[in-house]
Amino acid sequence: MFPFNDAGMISGLVCGALFGFVLENAGFGSPSKLTAQFQLRDWSVFKVMFTAIVVTALGLYGLRAAGLMPADAVFVPTSFLMAAAVGGAFVGAGFAIGGYCPGTSVVGLFSGRLDALVFLVGLLLGTVVFAGLYGPAIEAIMAMGEVQAGDTFTDAYGIPEVTMLALLIAALVAVFYFGSWFERRSAGPVTSEQAVAGAGSQTPV
Amino acid sequence: MLISTEFSARKVRPFWSPLVAGLALGLVLLLTFVLTGHGLGATGASTRMTAWLGLAVAPAATQANSYLGPLVEGGNPLASWISWQVIGVAIGALVAAFFGGRFRIQLDGARSVGAPRRLVAALGGGLLAGFGARVAAGCTSGLGLSGAATLAVAAFVFLGLFFATGLIVSRLVKGV
Repeated sequence: MFPFNDAGMISGLVCGALFGFVLENAGFGSPSKLTAQFQLRDWSVFKVMFTAIVVTALGLYGLRAAGLMPADAVFVPTSFLMAAAVGGAFVGAGFAIGGYCPGTSVVGLFSGRLDALVFLVGLLLGTVVFAGLYGPAIEAIMAMGEVQAGDTFTDAYGIPEVTMLALLIAALVAVFYFGSWFERRSAGPVTSEQAVAGAGSQTPV
Repeated sequence: MLISTEFSARKVRPFWSPLVAGLALGLVLLLTFVLTGHGLGATGASTRMTAWLGLAVAPAATQANSYLGPLVEGGNPLASWISWQVIGVAIGALVAAFFGGRFRIQLDGARSVGAPRRLVAALGGGLLAGFGARVAAGCTSGLGLSGAATLAVAAFVFLGLFFATGLIVSRLVKGV
């Protein structure tokens, strides 16, 4: 029954608009709030991401368990672990230096931030650099570390899905608990006033 | 706060709590999976934008390129669901920022590190992220968030290295 496999304009605009609306309301258009995650003073990025991951994973599991969605009906990224590791390191470095990730730079730009536009130009340049280097050598590196058995923890390592969901919920509780502990002993989460006033406006504690 | 009244008549409203924002984001992501069979993303669109610009500026080189070439074979590379989704992100963010009193034209980070440094950092950071997202075939949204929700191994590897590297690099370089 599900998914509808809709690839049209309306679902793109609706899903995107809701995504952008939630990200901005979470504070993720602000580079000072986003990078505060790496300074461990504001754990909003991890709290929001882990909550969303758990909600969606439980929802997908529930839909399958109810017989509303067949197995393997949604896209699962292929387990090219070397590519994921190297790419993750580059995106993490770019996030720490530039203040955004690709998606949040769109949110930053449309909350008025011109530095986010510069980040987006950099994003296109990075794609050009990659395309220029692309060839058999980079393809071989990217194909390294593939788990042949499968792409999910269940298929790749035989960990039951309910175990994975339980681990994720435990990780979510840990992120909120330890994250809040770090927030209490530092300057604390970046408020909307501080975010709007821009990086550097916060009074250090 | 004093800061909020200095800039605009519209009151700056607080951000949603991380729990509320996370629940909302999870429901939006679940809706996306149900409607389309895949998750949310971003760099799918920026890659297509690169191919589109390449076709306009250097058509022969773009068509000959082994990465961008296949994207421009079937006509307009921007004609894709992900392009509409990113336009949607822009609209949603604009609406949220406006009604939250949080829309400000600014070079965020100019005050903390100075405008020239902020511009270089934003460009360099974007370049690194753009390159990395092509290596991983996804970014924080497309691979990290959407992939993790499908319990994909690659997504958690991506998130682990993303966080570890960010933690280290943010201590070495101040870009915001």
